[in-house]
Amino acid sequence: MSTETTAAISTPRANPVIRLIKNRPEIILVPLLFIIVTTGWEIAIHWMDVPIYIFPAPSNIFYALVERLGNGLYIEHAWYTLSEALLGFLLAMVGGIVIGSFIAQFRIVEKTLYPYLIAIQTTPKVAIAPLFILWFGFGITSKIIIAAMIAFFPILVNVIAGLRSTDPQQIDLMRSLQATRWQIFVTVRLPSALPMIFAGLQIAIIFSILGAIVGEFVGSNKGLGNLILQMNFNLDTAGVFGALVCLSTIGICLHLIMKFIQKKLLFWSNDSNVPSA
Amino acid sequence: MHKTSIVESASEAPNDRSSVIRLDNLNKIYETRDGGRIQALGPISMEIGEGEFISIVGPSGCGKSTLLRMLAGLMSRTSGDIFIRDKLISGPQKDFGMVFQSPVLLPWKTVIQNVLLPVKILKLNMNDYRKRAEDLLDLVGLGDFREKYPQELSGGMQQRVAIARALVHDPAVLLMDEPFGALDAMTRENMNVELRRIWKESGKTILFVTHSIPEAVFLGTRVLVLSSRPGTIADLIDVDLPTDRTLETMTHDRFGTYTNRVRNQFKAQGAIE
Repeated sequence: MSTETTAAISTPRANPVIRLIKNRPEIILVPLLFIIVTTGWEIAIHWMDVPIYIFPAPSNIFYALVERLGNGLYIEHAWYTLSEALLGFLLAMVGGIVIGSFIAQFRIVEKTLYPYLIAIQTTPKVAIAPLFILWFGFGITSKIIIAAMIAFFPILVNVIAGLRSTDPQQIDLMRSLQATRWQIFVTVRLPSALPMIFAGLQIAIIFSILGAIVGEFVGSNKGLGNLILQMNFNLDTAGVFGALVCLSTIGICLHLIMKFIQKKLLFWSNDSNVPSA
Repeated sequence: MHKTSIVESASEAPNDRSSVIRLDNLNKIYETRDGGRIQALGPISMEIGEGEFISIVGPSGCGKSTLLRMLAGLMSRTSGDIFIRDKLISGPQKDFGMVFQSPVLLPWKTVIQNVLLPVKILKLNMNDYRKRAEDLLDLVGLGDFREKYPQELSGGMQQRVAIARALVHDPAVLLMDEPFGALDAMTRENMNVELRRIWKESGKTILFVTHSIPEAVFLGTRVLVLSSRPGTIADLIDVDLPTDRTLETMTHDRFGTYTNRVRNQFKAQGAIE
């Protein structure tokens, strides 16, 4: 029954704001860097007189963003891309967990599927994308499938590795209780694989956006990827940057949501801060 | 040298002489990659009576854990028979509760859920056993920690949860594989006193593997000393010490006599200088 003593560094009467900054300097440093970079960028663009269609200043991007958020253009396309990415992610998650479980549980399945999986994984998914457009059309289906395919492998690999990393003593415990293979899987293997599965899901959710954009680039009539191509063609470079801001905002939000779910679900895991893409 | 011992009426051995476990010519032989055969354990024949506390000691690599794992059905035996209450067994049994060297608690389950794990796996009635699980947690002194998670407990407390878990489905026999090996010396001594108390109050038969000679003598009604590989019965000592054992018991004259006897066996095996 050891109680850990944590050294109290902060002085009790220090100003709470100063104390917060001392403990977490990034609260100041992150916005500061943002201001320095955007200001420098703004000044450089005006000073060198770069045309707006080559490289817009932060202020141009800001106006483009405000205008197109206001008239709903970005929201409409972002929603479309987000739907493609999320549906693809869900498909990849179900597929990755189910197939990964079979591979981890049965050697024969692994031995049979392994060469095919390597073959599919080593083929650049972007290169297959045109085929999916051909087969499933310009609509949402082809994007979902491309997103799912790109998100599938990081999940699969982590599911297999996670299911294989079960503490052998936990398996012994279950076996000593005459547990069936299914009981061992549900009670011990799957829960203890969750931290690794979540690491895979973190990567996969970002990959699924990548997949959706790739799909839209190859052939589509809607979505942020489609919008970027159009704006690029029209030399609306500030608009392209605005769409990129929307994309990275979506990415950050999805990442944070995953992180939140992970924290709630894996409160028991001491490595719930697993690195992610 | 390997006497097939019956339950002698040692000071604490119960009066009814029914045997819970009977080992008949038990052997474990490993096959090496080049086709050779290595005898790891045996032959071992012995009987263990109801309510006995058997400590198993021996030089490292003598197969004491192997013996326990064969009993638990986690490892196959090469030849020989194991009888539980005169029934020949193969594979894991409901009659056993197992405690490992580390607590092996599931970190995503609360203490009470961990204790109830065997009930869930064996598909026993949850409602019937919930009260028993709570009583067992009281027995191991963790009544207030039911809803805590294992990570919030110290090593000694976690191991006590593991003991409660091993007892929850009311097995006849408790198999303990160096359960206190990872604890610090002070906690370990306390756990020894606690385990004696739990043993007395629960009336279980316990097989306890350890490599600490004093621990073996302190805990056991009998001490089984295994020889070096292949592990055979080098000595089987009836421990005639007071039933209520406290840390004071270790200063008892006879305590020293018993530990010396075990130590001399180890010397004869060439396990210690």
